[in-house]
Amino acid sequence: MNAGLKMSREVLRVRDLRVELAGEVDVLANVSFSLAAGEIVALVGESGSGKTTLATALLRHARQGARIVAGHIEVAGQALLELQGEALRLARGGLVGYVAQDPATALNPALRIGTLLRETLLAHEPALGHGTVDRRIGETLVDVGLPDDQAFLRRFPHQLSGGQQQRVMLALAFVLRPRLIVLDEPTTALDVTTQAHVLATLKRLCRSQDVAALYVTHDLAVVRDLVDRVMVMYAGRLVEVAGRDALFGAPAHPYTRALLAAIPDIARRQPLQAIAGHAPAPGQRPQGCAFAPRCARRRAECAMIEPPLVGHASDHHVACLAPLRESMTLHATAATFVATHEATPLLEVRGLDVAYDRQVLFDVSLAVRQGECLALVGESGSGKTSLARAIAGLGENVEGQLRYAGEPLAFAARQRDVRQRHQIQYVFQNPYRALNPRQTVGQILSAPLAHFFGIRGAQAQHRVEAVLERVSLPASIAQLYPNSLSGGERQRVAIARALICQPKLLVCDEITSALDVSVQASILALLRKLQAEGLTLLFVTHDLGVVRAIADRVLVLRQGRVVEQGSADQVLGQPVAAYTRTLIEHSPSLATD
Amino acid sequence: MPDHAQRSLRTPAWLAWFVGRLGYGLLTAWVISLVVFIATQALPSDPARVILGPDAPLESILSLQRQLGLDQPILVQYLRWLGAALSGDLGTSLDSQLPVAQLLFGRLGHTLALLAGVLALVVPLALLLGVSLALRRDRRLDRWGLSALILLKATPGFLLAIGLVLLFSMPGMGWLPAVSILDPQQPLWRQLQFLVLPVIALSLSALPYLTRMVRASMIEALESDYVVAARLRGIPERRIVWRHTLPNALTPAIQGVALTLRTLVGGALLAEVIFSYPGIGTALNAAIQMRDLPMIQGVVLVITLAVVLINLLADLLTVLLTPRLRTARRVRMILRNRRGIRPWWRRTRSTSAQEAQHD
Amino acid sequence: MTDSRWMAEPQVRRGAVITLLVALLALLGPWLAPHAPTAMLGPVYGPPSADAPLGHDFLGHDLLSRLLSGGLSVLWMSLAAATLALLAGASLGLLAGLSRRRLDQAISWAADVSLAFPDLILVLLIVSMLGRAPWLIVLTVAVAFTPGVVRLARGSAVAVAGQEYVEAAQMMGYPRWRILFKEILPNILTPLLVHFGNMLTWAVGMLSGLSFLGYGVAPPAADWGLMINENQAGLLVQPWAVLAPALLIGVFAYGTNILAEGIGRVSARIGEIQP
Repeated sequence: MNAGLKMSREVLRVRDLRVELAGEVDVLANVSFSLAAGEIVALVGESGSGKTTLATALLRHARQGARIVAGHIEVAGQALLELQGEALRLARGGLVGYVAQDPATALNPALRIGTLLRETLLAHEPALGHGTVDRRIGETLVDVGLPDDQAFLRRFPHQLSGGQQQRVMLALAFVLRPRLIVLDEPTTALDVTTQAHVLATLKRLCRSQDVAALYVTHDLAVVRDLVDRVMVMYAGRLVEVAGRDALFGAPAHPYTRALLAAIPDIARRQPLQAIAGHAPAPGQRPQGCAFAPRCARRRAECAMIEPPLVGHASDHHVACLAPLRESMTLHATAATFVATHEATPLLEVRGLDVAYDRQVLFDVSLAVRQGECLALVGESGSGKTSLARAIAGLGENVEGQLRYAGEPLAFAARQRDVRQRHQIQYVFQNPYRALNPRQTVGQILSAPLAHFFGIRGAQAQHRVEAVLERVSLPASIAQLYPNSLSGGERQRVAIARALICQPKLLVCDEITSALDVSVQASILALLRKLQAEGLTLLFVTHDLGVVRAIADRVLVLRQGRVVEQGSADQVLGQPVAAYTRTLIEHSPSLATD
Repeated sequence: MPDHAQRSLRTPAWLAWFVGRLGYGLLTAWVISLVVFIATQALPSDPARVILGPDAPLESILSLQRQLGLDQPILVQYLRWLGAALSGDLGTSLDSQLPVAQLLFGRLGHTLALLAGVLALVVPLALLLGVSLALRRDRRLDRWGLSALILLKATPGFLLAIGLVLLFSMPGMGWLPAVSILDPQQPLWRQLQFLVLPVIALSLSALPYLTRMVRASMIEALESDYVVAARLRGIPERRIVWRHTLPNALTPAIQGVALTLRTLVGGALLAEVIFSYPGIGTALNAAIQMRDLPMIQGVVLVITLAVVLINLLADLLTVLLTPRLRTARRVRMILRNRRGIRPWWRRTRSTSAQEAQHD
Repeated sequence: MTDSRWMAEPQVRRGAVITLLVALLALLGPWLAPHAPTAMLGPVYGPPSADAPLGHDFLGHDLLSRLLSGGLSVLWMSLAAATLALLAGASLGLLAGLSRRRLDQAISWAADVSLAFPDLILVLLIVSMLGRAPWLIVLTVAVAFTPGVVRLARGSAVAVAGQEYVEAAQMMGYPRWRILFKEILPNILTPLLVHFGNMLTWAVGMLSGLSFLGYGVAPPAADWGLMINENQAGLLVQPWAVLAPALLIGVFAYGTNILAEGIGRVSARIGEIQP
């Protein structure tokens, strides 16, 4: 590697960046790295790691309450942190572009696409003539895969699909031909197939226009085929920087390994390993290495010295006092599941039709056997949530037949038998809305006890503590109100509320969609434990990696119709339907064989 | 996503909604006429006695009943009244024996001038103040401004009006007339000095609500994701304020203006009485004291129908100025349990411009 | 949900204190008044003296006594009107928000129609035709305020009922009344309380305005709004006759206003759902 040549193509150089909150609490510190032109680098971290703060710091922007206090950022030779006023404004967008996470809120709903593009271009190159502007915009739109005709330019953001909106965000960034583009989880809100297309477009553009890209994500699997290098962040520090193959093949930092082992992967069926504990919040960093409290390899000196980012192998840096050296291979496994052959399935659905303002489910039939986990898979709009809600008793305008344990099951929960009501439980998708903000955790959990079983007082408290322990929450949490809890904790309380009713069938609706990977892994592990204890699971998800990790059988839905169903190995290994094949192809995977 | 580019129909999307809304407005207007009628002619056990007072002789009561048609069945009374009103005949004033419509017409003009003056003063002022305070949020000007507005809001409108009257009645303060006795011979635009104090009084009481509303929606727009995204694209700050935030912040203000007008109508009544301004308010007040039934009916009918019209216009403007509502093929009302399409894991901020939230 | 969270906000404390002080003044005033409020004791527009600390009004009544006795009607009527509007409006709003679409549409439409009537006009209309008994005035003001409460309660109820924890309760099969009182009501209480404070302020303004116009309490009874009307002419001679009642009305309105604001602020801060 010719060092001289590499230096001249260096687009971004960050040295000792430090961002603080009020009161000198650091969110980011000692961050140093560089990017070359045309290179795509992933910045991986969980929530609270500081990755979004780093991303916006590259545009000299910090969120409310945070400040960039020290460090150097050089973009194409210009010192970003010393720019003022007009020069800074031009640098934002012109030198460094930004693509936000949620295109639906990042685009002004009152302005047309054409207006947005034109004003962006003119804000940086006001001298351009009318014809040149139109030409540049047209070229950029074609580059990102959008139509460049007048009719499209006259549309408003709400008239576009999610994928189109994100492409518009790409266009807004690329039209200025910046040297560096920062992307903040740009495909989180998109379907798997759309995500794949957008990533392919991004890669093509970066290569052809020689633009460096920093891709912030929490999911390593997504960027496996996209990036050249990976940087891993934990608690505000870079803990590992390596080339792609090096990182996936032989990760040196224990956290990186643990992260890779916790990511659900469609090609591997093995128990996901959760990382015990949780990342420290800003201001609560322990002395020494921040990951030490959770690390299995921790030594005495790890609690005293904060490890610096040092060279580990060629072009591979790690911040650890005892980095791992063995390579790590993630095999594609084909495990087998021995199904219990029961005479009657626990839950039977026949010919179900569900409608809201229009029909969302068409003639859906399925059966769930006792003790198994059935995954309902589909993209947005497939009707999988409607199906789960109908089974739980929350559906409106339902027609068809539901049978539970051989007996007919009413569509509305209120009309069901009390036995059926407590045996079929549902865990919602959004943990922030699933708990009554005016009740303590203890009250939320003891209410069903009194309602179903008439248990109150000391015995109820005993049961509450027992169920909290089952979901790995401290008993002291019963005193707290939901708004003091994190998303993962709230979701566990919701699961506890379901468990305390002694269910036989648990319906989970995308319960881990936006939780951190490690938190997700621990919740999935919990569910597997419960399944081993005899619980039947109906798990709704769009992530095939999660399906592979937890499901015994799979049912694929598309626009309200069942496309395919069968055992997980069969559907994921040898899919019959073309749609399933497409889904599997586009699902990110970490497996190397 | 369906392709909205092709327009098989030439009619704009919002027209269907507007027709429905118009029908709704007409229905409301009809019900209002019912309410006015019931309150004045159906509810009181003997309207004639109410009008003439409890000591009136029986013959006068009977002749008044015949004159007003009160001896007919109630439904017939209503239909006759409604029919007359629709053709522009609002009856004859018992007090002055002139047609109500004619009396109203002149007074209505004066009140409209008053309201127009208030709007012309309050709306730009509220916009200016609200935007300035939002741009300087939490700094000294904002804090002082908010305290002043709260103080103003807490003071009942009529106290403000009285305060002004008394202030300008004092010796040495005669450069603005404390009492607005207009000369009926001269046209209004020659006597504008009489409008000044009532307009100021009403503006002071209308200012707080509108200003705070503009401020709150401006703050919300300034904190929105699309503004941050624009700033990070290098769009100049000035353009962000004028083109990105202001239009989005002003649309909720339209409903605010409609609400303000509605309360202004009530407040104008008090102000007119206090300043002795010859408008609809004083007409109503006099009619009530004289128990002039047709006049009361006419004034109330006109006022309430005007409010219905204002609400209709406000809704129309809101739809026209919001691209999302304007282009929707079918403007749906908010569904009961809306399954949000936007990703829920970004904690949804409140979407309504609540005042208290942004103080 | 501890009380300390509310009391911690300075606006809530100030508002509560001010409101309570004025309320106490109005409540206990009649007993504290040195003279009968309708007794004509002194010179017309007499200046303050040892016997009458605020002087005398346009008919020679002792101003202080009249002031102390004049608050009760305004206060009890505003409180009654606001409370009635709150109860009726909240019930209707909850009913609308939680029922089938037809009932909801009917109630919402009725509320919209009522909102087309400017408050004061409605009250004047009723008062003029049906007489000015205090309970009638209270009822009419309550009717004027109810549609606003209905809208607010309905909006809040819909926002809360769409939350998943309410659906969870429905799935568990809790009886309807229990869901209403334990899940929904506690979460819509705050915006309703804020609105209640606002209604008190508006009611005070409207009722004193009514008295001022001459449609409220009949003379010679003491009433703050009426006092302002009666003593207008002698402002330059005896300013206290107008200023004192005006000040008290203003202070009470300010107190309720600040209280409402404070409650709203605390609720926003603890992250409650805004309708």
